[in-house]
Amino acid sequence: MRIALFVTCLADTLFPEAAKATVRLLERLGHEVVFPVEQTCCGQMHVNTGYQPEALPLVRNYVSTFAGYDVIVAPSGSCVGSIRHQHPAVAAAAGQAGLAARAHDVGARTYELSELLVDVLGVEDVGACFPHRVTYHPTCHSLRMIRVGDKPLRLLRHVRGLELIELPDAEQCCGFGGTFALKNAETSAAMLADKMTAVESTGAPICTAGDASCLMHIGGGLRRAGSPVRTLHLAEILAAT
Amino acid sequence: MTTFLGMPATAPRGVGHLRGDEPFPRAAHTALADGQLRRNLRHATTTIRAKSGRVIAELPDWQELRSAGSAIKADVLSRLPELLERLEARVTERGGVVHWAADANEANAIVTELVRRTGAERVIKVKSMATQEIALNEALEAAGIQPVETDLAELIVQLGQDRPSHILVPAIHRNRSEIRDIFLRAMPGVDPGLTDDPPALAAAARRYLRETFLSTRVAISGANFGIAETGTLAVVESEGNGRMCLTLPETLITVMGIEKVVPAWTDLEVFLQLLPRASTGERMNPYTTMWTGVTPGDGPQNFHLVLLDNGRSAVLADRVGRQALHCIRCSACLNVCPVYERTGGHAYGSVYPGPIGAVLSPQLTGVEDNASLPFASSLCGACFDACPVKIDIPSILVHLRNQAPHPPAEKAVMRAAAYAMSRPRLYARAQRAAKLARIAGRRGRALPPPLSGWTAARDLPEVPRQTFRDWWAAR
Repeated sequence: MRIALFVTCLADTLFPEAAKATVRLLERLGHEVVFPVEQTCCGQMHVNTGYQPEALPLVRNYVSTFAGYDVIVAPSGSCVGSIRHQHPAVAAAAGQAGLAARAHDVGARTYELSELLVDVLGVEDVGACFPHRVTYHPTCHSLRMIRVGDKPLRLLRHVRGLELIELPDAEQCCGFGGTFALKNAETSAAMLADKMTAVESTGAPICTAGDASCLMHIGGGLRRAGSPVRTLHLAEILAAT
Repeated sequence: MTTFLGMPATAPRGVGHLRGDEPFPRAAHTALADGQLRRNLRHATTTIRAKSGRVIAELPDWQELRSAGSAIKADVLSRLPELLERLEARVTERGGVVHWAADANEANAIVTELVRRTGAERVIKVKSMATQEIALNEALEAAGIQPVETDLAELIVQLGQDRPSHILVPAIHRNRSEIRDIFLRAMPGVDPGLTDDPPALAAAARRYLRETFLSTRVAISGANFGIAETGTLAVVESEGNGRMCLTLPETLITVMGIEKVVPAWTDLEVFLQLLPRASTGERMNPYTTMWTGVTPGDGPQNFHLVLLDNGRSAVLADRVGRQALHCIRCSACLNVCPVYERTGGHAYGSVYPGPIGAVLSPQLTGVEDNASLPFASSLCGACFDACPVKIDIPSILVHLRNQAPHPPAEKAVMRAAAYAMSRPRLYARAQRAAKLARIAGRRGRALPPPLSGWTAARDLPEVPRQTFRDWWAAR
């Protein structure tokens, strides 16, 4: 299958390993990955910070960049949630019904990585090998916005050598929330502290998730606290052999 | 010909409890430093979450009930004037008197005058969010009338000269030794040997309240539902103190937000399943009191219904935000909110705290008067899932953020980012420039505000040597 990669601005700039792993994984499974270079950012930060009109050109750019592809994948539940749910709303609020309809179409063809693997490609065993103990944090937007359910866990359970350790209070937000982490930094840090306690209580040396943003937050907190626990994007584990 | 009368007014300034003294982040700072408060809140919200989750799981049609509750409320909002006029007609037919209050000032004046006409110097009160919202107690006190809260937790808050911090459990921030101290200090006729044993505390309140019930001629309540079809008002509660107020006195005055009207008696079938399970985690609330106008020889012989707007019409005028008027005040969203759990209710500055408060308060007052509240959420979405009437709180929060005033520096950064991000080549160049001009020191531990908020508790990621885009191009 020919799959277009929406890398997300965060993975492109700060976490390219997650994006490279996505490419390697899909190619290993026999698919062709293309990277349309006109892509930039989904605009979620603008929408969620109250800059909806400013996000409109980003929506337009996403739609025009990916309109020609049947299947689009992004290694982020949060960006996919924004593309699917916010893009049509941003276009509609600006009175652009045509763009809203196109955004809806393209959004319906845009998948988060675990959705693509399980729902579209019909694979749960991706042939990965990762002999480590791992705990999984279900990010809020993958859980409650796009409802990936247990797909990431099903993928992880098929990874050879991987011991999956359940994260206590897993469905509690890590406190990132985009600009929330800046505007309400102390509340965000209090939420992060509880998430870090839960992660460390598992004894797993690796915490994984489907969003680089939440991992940046959890990982930044763990590193500051001097914790030996590392964060790793789900794609990097699934790409490992 | 129709005349445009302008947009509906928001709740007036200078009266009521919808506006805080300081922005949310500053108020949260104080609450976050209080370890005891955080432990109390965590314990209370975790307990009630588990209890509610258990009884909700018993119902195979919970999602259908949510949809039904949401649909009934959407229908109500689409024909609110018609339903309110029908309610007024039915209540009047049955011997009640209906008053229309545009805002808190009018409602307080109406209620105060009604009480004054009875000659009573004291009133008993059923727990009510609407009267807290308009600060009715303060208005009555200013008129020389003593209001006595009869819900145990509201009584604790009132005697402690405190503010409620939760919609359902207003004294959630108090522990039992604090409650004993409040009772010893402020409860008339209290036993000076009172201990902090919960049954002893409840017995002390009971003794005081029974005397008050039997010697007070006027009661004031809110209403959970007002049924347009029959003119029936309904109050649901757990303690039975509400029923005392609703049945014993000669005069009953009910202050009801205009969004509380429901079309028909049969609609209660939906809400009386949704509310207790979402709220207290009970299958059914212990007391459901309903009354229709005046029944000769039974219950209050004078009944007044005050219909309160106080900004609700302004909320109704907003297509996205109006869903907030679906709220049945169950507080499920507070109990699942990770922000509320850490900051408590006072940080929100309004009688409506938590996620629903973060969308309702700014809409009732106008966003400029509660500009920090729409940002008091990580948009995790737990509130939307928990809401028994399916209010899409995250979407309303995002919608209101658009209306909030933005700091000029932030605006400049966001505009510049949007400009670059809608131009792919400029975006790629900016990415490389950012990499070169890395302003962070080692591990990014000292950045200027607002980025210092991040670096206070978290390291920044190392900037990689190569962006994905460059890696792809060189592949």
